[in-house]
Amino acid sequence: MLGTGLLVFREVLEAALIVSIVCAATRGVPARGRWVGGGIAAGVVGALLVAFFADALAQAVSGIGQELFNASVLLAAVVMIAWHAIWMASHGKELATQMKAVGGAVQSGKRPLSALLIVVAIAVLREGSEVVLFLYGQAASGAGAMAIAGGIALGIVGGVAVGFLLYFGLLGIPMRYFFSATNWLMLLLAAGLASQAAGFLIQADVLPAFGNRIWDSSALLSNGSMLGKTLHTLVGYDATPAGMQLVFYAITACAIAIGMRVWGHPHSAAPKPSLASQGR
Amino acid sequence: MNTPTISALRPLCLALALFTAGAVHADDFEAKLAIRDHKFDPAELTVPAGTKVKLLIENQDATPEEFESHELNREKVVVGKGTITVFVGPLEAGRYPFFGDFHQETAQGVLIVK
Repeated sequence: MLGTGLLVFREVLEAALIVSIVCAATRGVPARGRWVGGGIAAGVVGALLVAFFADALAQAVSGIGQELFNASVLLAAVVMIAWHAIWMASHGKELATQMKAVGGAVQSGKRPLSALLIVVAIAVLREGSEVVLFLYGQAASGAGAMAIAGGIALGIVGGVAVGFLLYFGLLGIPMRYFFSATNWLMLLLAAGLASQAAGFLIQADVLPAFGNRIWDSSALLSNGSMLGKTLHTLVGYDATPAGMQLVFYAITACAIAIGMRVWGHPHSAAPKPSLASQGR
Repeated sequence: MNTPTISALRPLCLALALFTAGAVHADDFEAKLAIRDHKFDPAELTVPAGTKVKLLIENQDATPEEFESHELNREKVVVGKGTITVFVGPLEAGRYPFFGDFHQETAQGVLIVK
């Protein structure tokens, strides 16, 4: 049960960290519970489908279907995050001002919440499909139903708990910096996902590596350690990155940063609160 | 609306396509690995340094496994009775551990690069 719980925990944690960032970034949006919940539900259904068709997926495109699929959904998530981050950069200031004024409840019709639903769904789908395959294997090799159910419960509770910790930690950021902080977190998240996508394309031999291990910081922080894995999910940390991964990371980070800067200004015409009213 | 951007991207795409084609046609070293009773066979696999290696991993068990390596930066699911291909390298000489994520107690192996 503990072994099962541990694997489920690791996978749930990865998805929970991403969901936490999305939840923080949608702070104060009234319907966001439904959007996030919808994303999780869609992700679970997707995970079951991917696990069920794992064999067909593995054999597709002369054996690199799995990598192409992973890279595609990762890049789709990157595009969705970029869209949302750039939208937020152009509206975030008004949002923060309004939230202070009305005590947290802001209705925002145009905000691309569907983009974030897709990000949540993809995070849950990717980690969830591994959980489903693993549990299927456990069940097939005769593990008891109680051990499996207990493992699932332990893993989900643990993973979600850490996700909540991160979420409430993020809520501690002062409102003045809040949306720019979550926006930068989303930017790093997207860059990390792009780097992972590049990793899959290198593994499939679709893209050249441009140097297999540009550096090796395993001695400082290994990919296998808990902190290494967490930072891998959140900001794309990699102890031994390939050159192409760095290229993807840099291009994504720059593109979103430039997008936020270019489109981030025209809407900041909302009246600036005075310094006095910003102080707490 | 962005015609200049698209035409600027064209040589980039072409370069990427050429690189990709080059990567696929490289002289790869092929190595085989089996998974049986949630263990790797051989548990120590020796491959040459400085060459791209095509790993063929056959899962002879009926249950799925995930081939994973932190050192090699690789992860790929292999279904029961399935075979996967994973490209690694070119690598420097050294030891690169790998494992089966779904059965870590038993499924442990090392890629020895000489």
